[in-house]
Amino acid sequence: MPRNTKVSPRRVLIAKPGLDGHDRGAKVVARALRDAGFEVIYAGLRQTPEEIVRAALEEDVDLIGLSILSGAHMALFPKVLALLKKEKAADIPVFAGGIIPDEDARRLKKAGIRAIFGPGTSLEEIVSTAQRLARSAA
Amino acid sequence: MKRAGPMPPAARAIVNGDRRVLARVISQVENGDPAAAPVTRVLYPRTGNKPVVGVTGPLGVGKSSLINQLVARLRELDRTVAVVAVDPSSPYSGGSVLGDRIRFDRRADDAGVFFRSMASRGEVGGVAAATREVTRLLDAAGFDVILVETVGSGQVDLAVRDVATTSVVVLVPHLGDEVQTLKAGLFEIADVFCVNKADLPGADVARRDLVELVALGSDRSGWRPKIVSTSTTQPSGIEDLWSAIAAHEEFLDRSGARRADERRRVSSEVVELVREKVGRELAGRLEREPALRHWVDQVVERTLDPHTVADRLAKTIGRR
Ligand code: B12
Ligand SMILES: Nc1nc2c(ncn2[C@@H]2O[C@H](COP(=O)(O)OP(=O)(O)O)[C@@H](O)[C@H]2O)c(=O)[nH]1
Ligand SMILES: [Mg+2]
Repeated sequence: MPRNTKVSPRRVLIAKPGLDGHDRGAKVVARALRDAGFEVIYAGLRQTPEEIVRAALEEDVDLIGLSILSGAHMALFPKVLALLKKEKAADIPVFAGGIIPDEDARRLKKAGIRAIFGPGTSLEEIVSTAQRLARSAA
Repeated sequence: MKRAGPMPPAARAIVNGDRRVLARVISQVENGDPAAAPVTRVLYPRTGNKPVVGVTGPLGVGKSSLINQLVARLRELDRTVAVVAVDPSSPYSGGSVLGDRIRFDRRADDAGVFFRSMASRGEVGGVAAATREVTRLLDAAGFDVILVETVGSGQVDLAVRDVATTSVVVLVPHLGDEVQTLKAGLFEIADVFCVNKADLPGADVARRDLVELVALGSDRSGWRPKIVSTSTTQPSGIEDLWSAIAAHEEFLDRSGARRADERRRVSSEVVELVREKVGRELAGRLEREPALRHWVDQVVERTLDPHTVADRLAKTIGRR
């Protein structure tokens, strides 16, 4: 099929900020998004917020997904949002998952994380949210 | 060369080092977005003088790890580097997981490095169709060296020759049978052989096998492929690897082969572009051809055969 007659794939960065080594969830989500037609840049474990934002800009992603199960989300998620703002890239939506208590989730959503999912969330729900949130091509 | 017209703001931004605009235009090129055309056109005359190093070889041999260390080496030498890493797209969903970035060391504050992952989007041969255009954007953006990692498909990715000025084929110990099957393609593309994982047993044997193989081959236009051994886990050989690449680049200039190679690459790119444009145009005409459905029905009914119908259609749509 000629390249420009079909819809261009959306690009999403899946990253794990901080020292948390739980990567199953991030990998499961990455694979589900691939199977839904996303191009998933999987950046691996132990990324600093600076590295995540830099990767997002270089890879020109339409969406960023963050995964934390260790409890460090209240420090790290807002840092990523702040750096995006500083880079004038706050138009890139960010969503997240992992072990995140409801009260924290509420505050993080207020801070600008667009959606947050905990254990047991169906992959369908995650995929359809990603499709809704991802920036569309300019 | 004819001036390519006034410079669109995006082109100016790329030349001035704006990485966000660069990243955005790369996406446009990948997507076949017509917005990229004036940018790539105006930048074209500024390109073509940088080493573009293709790194290819089977999955898991250590291409990404080697590129990571080559980047470190080049930064030591004060050269700026851009990396394009191509991974396969799923034929089912069109999606992909691009994981080469995992091996890339953290350089959040080094503006002398740029890393971009790219999905092959249905191209066979290990290099996405847009890769060559993307390497030119990186060239215009001022990077001194461009490294391209191609899909490690098990088969050597011949198409890397359409992109790279120097091709590195990466192998590992105990790839015996694989080397045999790769043999036919090997000399077509390898300017440098890299035996990686030299820390593992069997590396010497692998190297000796390669030396024999290279000795048997005829030297392609005066260059005999160099062989280097490397390890990225117990770092060794990276300086040698870069020296071998640099020696080939020097050879290209000394021998005049650079221009001949570029001619071959440009010719294959132009042919490919024409094929794509004509194919699309013909597909469009075919869809509008009123006789198509009728003839297809007859083929289904066995009153006509597919070749006869194809001949007729080729004639009718070719005439318009
Ligand atoms: C498996 C597991 C491990 C494995 C991890 C293997 C691996 N490579 O991932 C191992 C054994 C290594 C491990 C180690 C530890 N673990 Co552990 N581990 C778990 C366990 C049992 C399951 C996690 C899991 O893989 N789930 C399956 C995946 C698919 O689910 P998920 O990650 O939740 O992802 C889903 C959603 O959260 C969401 N999601 C996740 N990420 C993202 C990202 C995006 C963008 C989106 C949209 C959605 C999304 O979508 C997924 C699908 O629904 C949990 C308990 C639990 N029930 O969650 C504890 C748990 C996470 N571990 C815990 C702890 C404490 C540890 C250790 C510190 C234990 C220790 N004292 O040594 C170490 C630390 C490891 C490290 N280096 O960080 C605690 C964390 C407590 C906290 N946050 O306060 C938990 C919650 C157990 C508990 N109840 O105490 N662990
Ligand atoms: N023993 C050893 N393992 C290596 C070496 N280089 C890479 N690896 C490992 O090989 C695996 C694949 O490496 P990667 O760079 O992703 O390979 P690629 O698929 O060719 O890009 C990883 O687990 C690396 O850690 C090496 O020199 N020695
Ligand atoms: Mg790789």
